[in-house]
Amino acid sequence: MANILVYALHYDGAINKNSLGAVSEGAKLAAEIGGEAHAILLGENVPQELAASLGNYGAKKVLVAEGPEGLAQPLVDAMAKAIADGGYKYALFGGGLLGFEIGAGLAARLGAGVAMEVTGVRAEGGELIAERPILGDSAISEIKYRSDVGIIIGRLNAFEIKETAAGAAPVEQLSFELSAHASQAKMLTRGEQRGADVDIEGASILIAGGRGLGKAEGFELCQQLADAFGGNTAVAATRAVVDAGWYPYAAQIGQTGKTVAPKLYLAAGISGAIQHKVGMQASENIVAINKDSNAPIFEFSDLGIVGDLNKILPKLTEAVKAKKGS
Amino acid sequence: MKICVLVKEVPDAAVEKRIDPSTGRMDRSGEKNLNPYDTHAIEAAMQIKEGGAVPVEEIVAVTMGPDSAVRALHKAVSLGADRSVHLSDAAVAGSDVAATGYALAKTLQREKPDLVLLGQQSDDGECYTIGAVVAEHLGMPSLTQVIKMDVEDGALRCERQAEYGYDTVQVQMPAVISVGDAINEPRYPSLKAIMGAKKKPLDAVGIADVGIDAAKVGGDNSAAQWVAAKAPPAKAAGEIIEDEDTAETVEKIVAWLDERKLL
Repeated sequence: MANILVYALHYDGAINKNSLGAVSEGAKLAAEIGGEAHAILLGENVPQELAASLGNYGAKKVLVAEGPEGLAQPLVDAMAKAIADGGYKYALFGGGLLGFEIGAGLAARLGAGVAMEVTGVRAEGGELIAERPILGDSAISEIKYRSDVGIIIGRLNAFEIKETAAGAAPVEQLSFELSAHASQAKMLTRGEQRGADVDIEGASILIAGGRGLGKAEGFELCQQLADAFGGNTAVAATRAVVDAGWYPYAAQIGQTGKTVAPKLYLAAGISGAIQHKVGMQASENIVAINKDSNAPIFEFSDLGIVGDLNKILPKLTEAVKAKKGS
Repeated sequence: MKICVLVKEVPDAAVEKRIDPSTGRMDRSGEKNLNPYDTHAIEAAMQIKEGGAVPVEEIVAVTMGPDSAVRALHKAVSLGADRSVHLSDAAVAGSDVAATGYALAKTLQREKPDLVLLGQQSDDGECYTIGAVVAEHLGMPSLTQVIKMDVEDGALRCERQAEYGYDTVQVQMPAVISVGDAINEPRYPSLKAIMGAKKKPLDAVGIADVGIDAAKVGGDNSAAQWVAAKAPPAKAAGEIIEDEDTAETVEKIVAWLDERKLL
């Protein structure tokens, strides 16, 4: 059977959105190659209803495995067991850090081919072909599998969520053995929020700052511009500056942060790495200010300004205030 | 303990990257440099060595690649590695990420490291995954995108940002850890270190030396087959303003925003 096994990440009683997208995508693809999509969850006392709810996204069956949450290697063990039990031709992952780690580990375990950062998958003659953008998204590679199992790791937000009224899926417990090395890592604390709890997802205008701001105080320039716009405007940040402690994690855009699509996204001192791009590329209007004319962000901005943000932002703030006041 | 750092040569950021139309793969010729992310991995190794929480006997830089990859090893040594190992063999050319990880794991096995460090991604292929592949082959625990790492009670205490916030994970050694660029600020090599780098031992090995099964590596034996490369859907190029007169630039930005009713 050409079934597809889809990894579903869950936390705090909810399934990750990217996983819901992956389950929907898996269901669509499975139908095209004459199989079923099954989902797998791993955790400590995973609620039965949570697992069963994946039926509404197209999963025909949900496997639940008992094990330590938030780490990749236990899932490699569990998924390898499910695949060994039979019937799976592909393993599918939504975007995100754990999916990358599990998919890669599983490829090594099974000697399987793996494609990551996949933005599209199509069925052809009962097989799946993955599409992966490369070279800063300037080209798209197509990848086929020669192995018994093919591993597909999606890019963040690549797969659309499709909720149906199919109802609860049957849930089965999967018993598996934790490998020796998988028990050598232990989660001490998970999901720690650093910095203030700010809301950026509801904002219609975002002023986002990156490493190009130079220092934590650089965010004052972003805040002043946000204040000038007023209304539903908020300040957002890249991962680099959040990791550096310049701005709260809750305001972070990208792969391990938020996904946003405001009316205006103004990026100040942001180079536009893929991990950032995937979280904001659906914005209606993208304006970028960066002193490096080769910054990737200029490839996908609607208006790009090559220049010093320390000179431009204060003057822009004044001009926006003047315009608003007029 | 012994730390191995996996390094990679990548096209210099200033050089335009392209696809070789005959193979559908990335053209890896042209100017090369040490992957910038890997300099953070070497620095992380140096900080463990200098931190004194655990004695570090040796830091070994390991790479797989063509002859030119020697330059990446020299750079790694100038940044602090004591010696280097270069897996260079025509048989591994064109390996996909899974085959590359297998070949690197076999090369590492001979060194018996207590800790394998690498950069969280390469500057060219953007694979975040090689560490997890290597770890699986070595049967070691692993964690990627680590931004803080301390040796505590003989284990590693690692922090990283994951889907729901910051995670702190205790990892027993031997382990494979890939580090993010926020973990440290790599030092600049001294002139003396740069000059001396070529004199440090460099062990060039082929697949037979490290027990790599030729049937598991190389483009033809890779399980993921790159069948074609195509252009992405065309997107209208954005407008670009070079800031010369800031007052004028700001006027243009405001007009642009106003036109789109964003003010």
